[in-house]
Amino acid sequence: MIATALSALMSHWRRHPLQLTTLLAGLALATGLWSAVQAINAEARASYNEAALQLGGVPLPELRAANGTIALETYVALRRAGWQLSPVLEGRVQLGNTWVSVMGVDPLSHPGLPAMRPTDGAPLTTFTQMFAHRDTIADIGTQAQDTRAQELPLTSSTQVPLGMVLGDIALAERLLDQPGRISRLLILPQQPLGLKTRQPLSVLAPDLIRSIPDRGADTARLTDSFHLNLTAFGLLAFAVGLFIVHGTVGLAFEQRRPMLRTLRALGVPLRSLSLLLLGELILLAIVAGGIGLILGYLVASALIGDVAATLRGLYGAPVEGSLTLRPIWFVSGLGMAVAGALLASAQALWRLHSMPLLAAPGVLAWGQHSARSDRGMALAGLGLMGAGGLAVLIFDGLVPGFALLGGLMLGAALMLPGALGLALRFGQSRTRGPLAYWLWGDMRAGLPGLSLALMALLLALATNVGVSTMVSSFRLTFTGWLDQRLSAQIYVSTINDAQGDELRAFLAGRVDAILPIRYGEVRIDGQDMRVYGIVDHASYRDNWPLLDGAPDVWDQVAKGKGALINELLARRNDLWPGEPGENDAQLQLGGGWVMPVVGVYSDYGNPAGQIIVSLDSLLAHAGPLPNRQFGLQLDPADTHALVRDLNGAFDPPLAGVLDQSSLKAHSLEIFDKTFVVTGALNVLTLGVAGFAILTSLLTLWSMRLPQLAPVWALGLTRARLARLEVVRSVALAGMTALLALPLGLVLAWVLLAVINVEAFGWRLPMYLFPWDWLVLLGLTLVAAAAAAALPARRLANAPPAELLRVFANER
Amino acid sequence: MSVRAWAIQCGLVLGMLWLAPFSLLAQGFAGQGFAGLGSDATGFATPDATYRLEFPADHGAHPDFRIEWWYLTANLRGDDGRDYGVQWTLFRLALKPQEAPGWQSPQMWMGHAALTTPDRHFVAERMARGGIGQAGVNAAPFEAWIDEWRMSGDDLNRLDLQASGVNFAYDLRLAATGPLVLHGVDGYSVKSAAGQASHYYSQPSYQVEGVLHLPGGKVKVTGQGWLDREWSSQPLAADQTGWDWFSLSFSDGAKMMGFALRGGEAPFVSGTWINSDGSVMAIDGDMLQLDPLEYTQVEGRDIPVIWRVRLAQMGVDVIVTALNEQAWMGTSFPYWEGPVQVSGSHSGVGYLEMTGYE
Repeated sequence: MIATALSALMSHWRRHPLQLTTLLAGLALATGLWSAVQAINAEARASYNEAALQLGGVPLPELRAANGTIALETYVALRRAGWQLSPVLEGRVQLGNTWVSVMGVDPLSHPGLPAMRPTDGAPLTTFTQMFAHRDTIADIGTQAQDTRAQELPLTSSTQVPLGMVLGDIALAERLLDQPGRISRLLILPQQPLGLKTRQPLSVLAPDLIRSIPDRGADTARLTDSFHLNLTAFGLLAFAVGLFIVHGTVGLAFEQRRPMLRTLRALGVPLRSLSLLLLGELILLAIVAGGIGLILGYLVASALIGDVAATLRGLYGAPVEGSLTLRPIWFVSGLGMAVAGALLASAQALWRLHSMPLLAAPGVLAWGQHSARSDRGMALAGLGLMGAGGLAVLIFDGLVPGFALLGGLMLGAALMLPGALGLALRFGQSRTRGPLAYWLWGDMRAGLPGLSLALMALLLALATNVGVSTMVSSFRLTFTGWLDQRLSAQIYVSTINDAQGDELRAFLAGRVDAILPIRYGEVRIDGQDMRVYGIVDHASYRDNWPLLDGAPDVWDQVAKGKGALINELLARRNDLWPGEPGENDAQLQLGGGWVMPVVGVYSDYGNPAGQIIVSLDSLLAHAGPLPNRQFGLQLDPADTHALVRDLNGAFDPPLAGVLDQSSLKAHSLEIFDKTFVVTGALNVLTLGVAGFAILTSLLTLWSMRLPQLAPVWALGLTRARLARLEVVRSVALAGMTALLALPLGLVLAWVLLAVINVEAFGWRLPMYLFPWDWLVLLGLTLVAAAAAAALPARRLANAPPAELLRVFANER
Repeated sequence: MSVRAWAIQCGLVLGMLWLAPFSLLAQGFAGQGFAGLGSDATGFATPDATYRLEFPADHGAHPDFRIEWWYLTANLRGDDGRDYGVQWTLFRLALKPQEAPGWQSPQMWMGHAALTTPDRHFVAERMARGGIGQAGVNAAPFEAWIDEWRMSGDDLNRLDLQASGVNFAYDLRLAATGPLVLHGVDGYSVKSAAGQASHYYSQPSYQVEGVLHLPGGKVKVTGQGWLDREWSSQPLAADQTGWDWFSLSFSDGAKMMGFALRGGEAPFVSGTWINSDGSVMAIDGDMLQLDPLEYTQVEGRDIPVIWRVRLAQMGVDVIVTALNEQAWMGTSFPYWEGPVQVSGSHSGVGYLEMTGYE
């Protein structure tokens, strides 16, 4: 009996292959997009974990000295008193033309450094080599005229973070010229059994401060935002896919209603029938999930390189550009497919239970909502939006920002059917002609069946508008800022200070101005940042992009009476110039050097704080600094010739000559790479939403016949009806797109003004791009027309007998 | 106790010490081109048959030699009536000859401490670099130390000995009851048919008393101890795979050191017989027979824990049994080392070390 019932149930799919395809495709798309995002996230996280392991795994508590360095004797005394500690020496040094972080450890006591562990086939070089990422070595190597860089025995290791050189403390102290110094002492987890002689650290070394480091916390926060972003996209895509599944399963159930009724009447128990339907569903989910996993893997493989580039470009986070299959990813992908399918079919299964054995199947039963349920949904939507808003008001951080986004999006989606219903009713009331009147009414009647697909479309469109507005605003701001910031025509680096003097002599009379670019480093609140010293020049006054500051800010800086700081530092440490009549915030630069903050400038793309003071102030406090980088002001027309001359004029050659335009091109290239993933996901979600419309229309097709047959019988040709079908679909999609626009703009605002500030520390002005909206609207209408084309074609070609059969009252 | 030298040098050369971080030492050798598979140890001093040991100077470190150790084992009896064993070892390994100040020092130090009970075996390991003062040895007054572990006294006749691990510690006092013993010819001890050698002397006669700190509490102990001092630069033949080393103290006051280097065509066997008055006799390889009788599984390897030791010349035919079969030293360079009990023609106690069992 079971086998017979099963074959009866399955025969439905044989007779409706398109429906089966739709179901499988919807679920596969949902699973695919979701698991692609998960795969990318998992890969990136694994990379971070690796990076964390490189630097000693779980951060250990540590000892630091108030003055910054711990004497070697202190370390040895503590070891001899029975404390298991491991020394770390850290600092920065300029190698070639690059500043690198140097980390020196004692391999004999350090709890674990994979980078320094020998690997098969590699020379065993822990005590004699230093290790760095190959990109870091490339940065050092290409310009390594510096003898120190040339003598440095550097080995390439992907396990060292970018910009860092890692090695034995004996090599590090020579490189940093800090013999016998230690920056911090790790307190190792395994301490020996205390004999009576062992005293607490607070007694043995009262001037050392014990702390738990939050090293890398900032990177974690930044990358978290990126992953939240991706996850949000993944969930959105999954939800869109589930709309498709819900529609298809509901329809299949509806169409099999007579069959189910017959089977039950023939004596198949409800329990068996339910289990059979459930089993069928799970089987389909597993098949679709499997296809989805393959899709997801392909999408992730295609994107991972760009994601790696994005993360490296944005945060310097080390992510490998290749994908490894992880079992957890496989399991979670299939799990999502099955859970999603069950969730989407819960309603259909529930109906099977509550279906009266002898009830006649209603033509309009499926997918119909009352106006009351629209109101309920709209209220729930309002509630969600309110909750998101509250979250941002009450809590700080990225998560409430994303909660606001989620609340807005989901809330708006829930309110969509109500809003469309109102609009359609308004349209109908303004119409006189009978056909138009019917068309409006027909749209209203069909709305419930399409509403899920339209919700998916709304979400996809709003995301598209929001994210592209953000990215475009970002790009526009960034380009403008580059134009301002890179105001010199040529940037030159010399190999040493002496060549700097030669350069000045060479340039005398050939340029309008030579602006030295010199900087030192300071540590503020545990963060290392650069302090630039500038000479007073009109190009700064004319071009430098200031966000805040008094009119005489440049005079104050030139006189050494104030400092400019970048937006990130200003927001993070809440340091702003005072309003007229008020005092400016005071910036503590360490070593008793205090400067009032007289202005704040935008510094997009820089993840670190930055400070500008007058060159004289900087040299007075930071001592002698290298003088090897210069910006040259000259007539743009002469740039080309001068670059050529500069490249040939020095022996040994200059360390670098960059003209502003290629620098800009390079910066923009990095920027575009940064957001390439966003673009790809945008296109994919829009595609999925278009597919949702198609499947909904297909799903509704058989139910449309009873509604269309009377109109056909009244004299409208099939071709005309088919055209009206397309119009109907395009009109609904167009209305949805119009509603999606404001939602998208709100989304963009949240991204720019809430998420960005939390994630990156800067706020961007919002620009509007109506042309992009028009393109998007056009795309949407085309997608809607294309989705309606297939059912419309079917209608146009439907044999009259099929239409006539509606009147046969066969049911 | 020369086998340890060969053990470690074999390890370095053959890449047996694959475990970090001790393998880092091995890397140092390889990276700097000092691996020197031949008997010529580039840049390092080599043992000299004509050299006469001088004390207290030779109690201290010999940084011109590649490898050296201060190696103390003790068989103890607690006031709870149970038997215990204690090991305290300080190794010195040089990446380059000579000392340099601070972190630049090429001298690496490694400490091993163990405490063996009939059913437990506690191990701790320490690493340090010379030059900074975290580990080292002074000849007079004598002090050998790494971190808080110490072996110290005015000279080798009276020593204080301390070490601690995560879950054990000991604090012992040692008093020598006999003279130092020079192995081989005046302390020049030949190690292979090819002529590799080391400088090697011992103090085999310590009376020991002190306290063991165990997870269950403190135990007062008394017993006897044996100190080995050895240094060399020359690696071992590549075909030698491991060794078995015995130090036995018989109840009649006589003592014996013997070892067999396995591998090659035949094991290289040698030793020293020490009479109760401290006079010594070199044991020729032909006379000493070391035969494993029973194996047990230790850390996935078959290790012989019961031996028959025969030295017909002295009427010795004894069974040597491990106090704790699982006395495994799971350190960077893993090996078996633990106290043993002697029965048969002679009774007594001792220590057994075995390496190279895979």
